[in-house]
Amino acid sequence: MEYIIIIISAIFVNNILLAQFLGVCPFMGVSTKISTSVGMGAAVVFVMTLATIVTWLIMHYLLVPFKIGYMQTISYILVIAALVQMVEIILKKVSPPLYQALGVYLPLITTNCAVLGVAILVIQKDLNLMESVVFAVANAIGFSLALVIFAGLREKFELVNIPKGMKGIPIAFVTAGLLALAFMGFAGLV
Amino acid sequence: MNNLQNFTKGFFKENPVFVLLLGLCPTLGTTTSAINGMGMGLATMVVLVLSNMAIALIAGAIPSKVRIPSYIVVIASFVTIVDLLMAAYFNTPGPNGELSLYDNLGLFIPLIVVNCIVLGRAEAFASKNGVGASAIDGLGMGLGFAMALTILGAIRELLGSYAIFGIQLVKSDGMLVFVLAPGAFLALGYLIALLNKIRTSK
Repeated sequence: MEYIIIIISAIFVNNILLAQFLGVCPFMGVSTKISTSVGMGAAVVFVMTLATIVTWLIMHYLLVPFKIGYMQTISYILVIAALVQMVEIILKKVSPPLYQALGVYLPLITTNCAVLGVAILVIQKDLNLMESVVFAVANAIGFSLALVIFAGLREKFELVNIPKGMKGIPIAFVTAGLLALAFMGFAGLV
Repeated sequence: MNNLQNFTKGFFKENPVFVLLLGLCPTLGTTTSAINGMGMGLATMVVLVLSNMAIALIAGAIPSKVRIPSYIVVIASFVTIVDLLMAAYFNTPGPNGELSLYDNLGLFIPLIVVNCIVLGRAEAFASKNGVGASAIDGLGMGLGFAMALTILGAIRELLGSYAIFGIQLVKSDGMLVFVLAPGAFLALGYLIALLNKIRTSK
């Protein structure tokens, strides 16, 4: 039951993109086509889950016992950067088709604040390892969901006549605002 | 490019938020009021100036293959310093039990480390220029970022609660949606459209 609440609140109510504004840069950058946004979403699910597990272990078995909790930011960002590199190398060797699909998005994820944000959030919320994993997966799914819906909307822009000043980024922001408004309808759910 | 141009380019011509569209997460996430926006902008500015200076000093000694991880460590160190300083000095709740600035910014302070502006300036400017020029560049870009966040925060606060910098202008509740998440996207979208219009009509 607890897990279901975590999942629903992370995907719909507190959507990481539309309610918490984490990961807006890739949201604007790679959301012009549905196919690229699906690739990016899959890569985020993969990396976010892995990064949250590793950083949770580091926090509870390294930083807390040695009382160096203030090293959180520095150690997390290094671990995430190293992890992304490692995943890239392993994927290239083990599963070339998967690497083909996710490869280009992996380096982008290092600077995705959603990954670091979720890793810090699970510590702030004091979740245990299993809850953290569920929380990370649910947030990543919420991210992918918003990204794919948004890409679908943006694909339709080419068919309509948008005023000159609103073309490109401004209309994208307004659309994102309306999407966020729609997601606010889930607010009473949990 | 002289120092003055270096300093002023961040305000309009290369404004990190309105023109380059960098650092969007804190821009949208922390601008619920003018004070919060300004606080976030100034915290980022401090990190930007210090990391630019430090990186300009050590850039010659770092092999180019490991420069990005090294820059990130430098930036993360300054972010940690700013985080601890803000936890110590900007952490007093308001008289009516309002959240302190530190609590309002919350997660976004450690996230300065992944703000593309900071790493972007390190790579594009500080690694190729001297300490003085890098400091001026960081100050200009940082002030431009703080200015953008303050403007956006002021607009959202004005529309959302009819107040500015916490001073109530009209005794009414305001359009709450502008303080909530959708308002951030809407306000920034229309603001960029307006600036595009001004820039192209010149």
